[in-house]
Amino acid sequence: MSETVTLLVNGVSVTMPAGSMVSAAILKTGIHGFRRSVTGEPRGPLCGMGICFECRVTIDDDQHCRSCQTVCRNGMDVRTDG
Amino acid sequence: MAKTYDVIVIGAGIVGSACAAECAREGLSVAIIEAGIIGGGATAAGMGHLVVMDDSEAQFALTRYSQKLWDAVSDELPREVEHDACGTIWIAADDEEMAEAKRKAAFYSERGVPVEMLDAQSLAEAEPNLRPGLVGGLRVSGDSVIYPPCAAQFFVDQATARGADLFLGASVETITADGIRLRNGSSISAGVIVNSAGSWSPALTPGLPVKKRKGHLVITDRYPQFLRHQLVELGYLKSAHSLTAESVAFNIQPRKTGQLLIGSSRQFDVDDARIDTSILTRMLDRAMEFLPDLRKLSSLRAWTGFRAATPDKLPLIGPHIEHKRLYLATGHEGLGITTSVGTAKLLAAQIMNRETEIPVAPYLPARVTQETVHV
Amino acid sequence: MANHACDVLVVGAGPAGMAAAYRAAQNGLRVIVVDDNPAAGGQIWRGEQAHPSSQAAQVWFEKIRSVDFQLINGARVFDQPRAGTLLAETSNDVFEVNYTTLILATGARERFLPFPGWTLPNVMGAGGLQALVKTGLPIDGKRVVVAGSGPLLLAVAAYLRQRGAEVLLIAEQASSVQLVKFVVGLVGKRSQAFELKKQLSGVPYRSGCWVLAAHGTDRLESVTLFRGGKRWTVECDYLACGFHLVPNLELAELLGCAIDGDGVRVDEFQQTTVSQIYSAGETTGIGGLELSLVEGEIAGLAAAGKHDEARKLFAEREKQRKFAERLNRTFALREELRQLPAPDTIVCRCEDVTFERLRAHSSWRAAKLQTRCGMGPCQGRICGSAVEFLFGWRAESVRPPVLPVRIGSLVATDFSD
Repeated sequence: MSETVTLLVNGVSVTMPAGSMVSAAILKTGIHGFRRSVTGEPRGPLCGMGICFECRVTIDDDQHCRSCQTVCRNGMDVRTDG
Repeated sequence: MAKTYDVIVIGAGIVGSACAAECAREGLSVAIIEAGIIGGGATAAGMGHLVVMDDSEAQFALTRYSQKLWDAVSDELPREVEHDACGTIWIAADDEEMAEAKRKAAFYSERGVPVEMLDAQSLAEAEPNLRPGLVGGLRVSGDSVIYPPCAAQFFVDQATARGADLFLGASVETITADGIRLRNGSSISAGVIVNSAGSWSPALTPGLPVKKRKGHLVITDRYPQFLRHQLVELGYLKSAHSLTAESVAFNIQPRKTGQLLIGSSRQFDVDDARIDTSILTRMLDRAMEFLPDLRKLSSLRAWTGFRAATPDKLPLIGPHIEHKRLYLATGHEGLGITTSVGTAKLLAAQIMNRETEIPVAPYLPARVTQETVHV
Repeated sequence: MANHACDVLVVGAGPAGMAAAYRAAQNGLRVIVVDDNPAAGGQIWRGEQAHPSSQAAQVWFEKIRSVDFQLINGARVFDQPRAGTLLAETSNDVFEVNYTTLILATGARERFLPFPGWTLPNVMGAGGLQALVKTGLPIDGKRVVVAGSGPLLLAVAAYLRQRGAEVLLIAEQASSVQLVKFVVGLVGKRSQAFELKKQLSGVPYRSGCWVLAAHGTDRLESVTLFRGGKRWTVECDYLACGFHLVPNLELAELLGCAIDGDGVRVDEFQQTTVSQIYSAGETTGIGGLELSLVEGEIAGLAAAGKHDEARKLFAEREKQRKFAERLNRTFALREELRQLPAPDTIVCRCEDVTFERLRAHSSWRAAKLQTRCGMGPCQGRICGSAVEFLFGWRAESVRPPVLPVRIGSLVATDFSD
């Protein structure tokens, strides 16, 4: 089994240790604002455990995915809305 | 309490609040009595659809009258009311429903309501997420949507700004000859008492032909591009018509937030406010028959509410047949949000002994005689 | 839709759930454990299955490997369609589990209190930042301020430091008087405390200290701290700030279990007020790792009918409960934290509802209806404990779904009886 996975974050390739969460991959690319709040504030992960919903991004065309609870997989296409 | 009011309004749902605001505008002294919170009943639960309906001339007259009143006030409504002139599309799934759409279009056109027939292609262009194979629809561009609890608050604020007193958390034990007595023992007297307590109104006025009609709703997360208009299936009318059956009908509303509010269901003789999973499933399955991609959307909450329904589907607006001081403003079923403002005008005019702006006879409580029973 | 059946369904694969599953399975029962995370361990042992970081973790991961049960990961329970059945959703599926006995071990979450700037990216919970680092966030060389309240702050600071972070300080709102009393009373945990102290040598630990504001334009750049009348500003990359823990009670409430102030009410065998439903761990009240483990064991044994064996663990549980009581007293929130939010500080992050809009209302219900506070995707989990602290408002009854799920999952119930 591979020890790393490679995925795309906003079209940019990122390699992470196997088992990493998408949220860590996004932060690693230097993106801190994952999405915009309802009044347009930049927001990033808060609780790290899938409860706050601030870390939501679009993964493989599915909107509102909690990136802190989604394990990185090879070829995943992650889009933030910062 | 020593003060005698001109009017006591029982219930600060959207109907009661609108009535209170109108009475206060007429210069009457008003007491608003609310046992819970402002807009906490059906007002909180239902869809805020401002719609013209044509089940009957009387229903059309009241909804049309009300819609014009909403249009006149729309600029004043606070941001939180989220007024959005998105329009309605009535959807025809087959030729029979398309014929109904045409009949509706003619009815509205004749009465000056702007309408537009949509064939299959223009329907698909108007709402790309609808499944293929629908025959067409009717767009009513003058319809809009609001967030009702904030509208009720707006009306209450209008009333209190004109001197009305708000009694929150005050539960009415009984309507007396000259006012009300609260559960805490105190009494308030008034020249006129208005029972606008929605599905609680029969508890205060025994014998009122108002029954609870339960509905379910679901709200999704934000999907701003998913839907542009309020969509209602023409089969909705079959559901709203039935007095006995439990039924579901496709009805979906885009909120300004991008959230989708999905309904609708109707059940009589159910007092239980808990979610009925079987009805909820039927309702959502029905919605997915029109919008298949709903299946993947995230739903945040599901809840129920009780509409106040009368036997002839028209509200009760006017004096009680026996009690000299009592007026009724209740029984609005699924049209309470729309017709709240029309109801307020009709009620205030009657209290002031003035001619109403539209004929009021169809809504008078006196029309519902002792012989009228719920089927 | 897939349909699983078991004797015992355990919701939550943290320490309490692991202990319960172990005991039930060890006694021959058919056990299914459902958990939202990709592996067992909950928050405290997140990702440690292959590499346990402590003796306790190693022991317990070995124990669960030594018995036979089914662990369904990445799954969130959201409804009870009928008695004896729970519905759960995964990222692409929905399934039912039929059970005879249910053990709720849904754990805890951090309590967040709003203060100016708390919504900036890189302001996270203490456990929140730790979870992110555990799941792949590089923290080497980053400057971190750890703040809020609770023993979690120390564990987080030690962990982050181990991973190369520069932990600038730990700001604990509890007073030194409270803390000293607590430390002095730490019988049986002295070695852990000593170990932590070693790991954190050189990191300032300031009691009676809290964050007044976080600053930055599109992300965190600095924080302003307060202590004993003095304010000062520290530049940093991350703020790890959480105010102790609150139990995750939503599923228990949905199922009708009575809740006491601190958690789900349970009897001596960890049974809730609903027959055939047990609860263990932080869900019954915040109490730490050891209490979670022993409660889990008792629940698992009781589910297996092994009441005599369960009784043997009562003394240990009692000891841990006493510790838990002292713990929660020590880290109770001080009054000054109620003054933290400014009028324009966002309290409800889902709907961007500010403090001044909320305080115009006299009840939670009115506030929710008029502002939509608590009506967003987190269903009030983040703002709920804040408004309880700020206004004394308590959350109302819970309806399904207890967390957001796809419409397709809501309709999945099979009605054929």
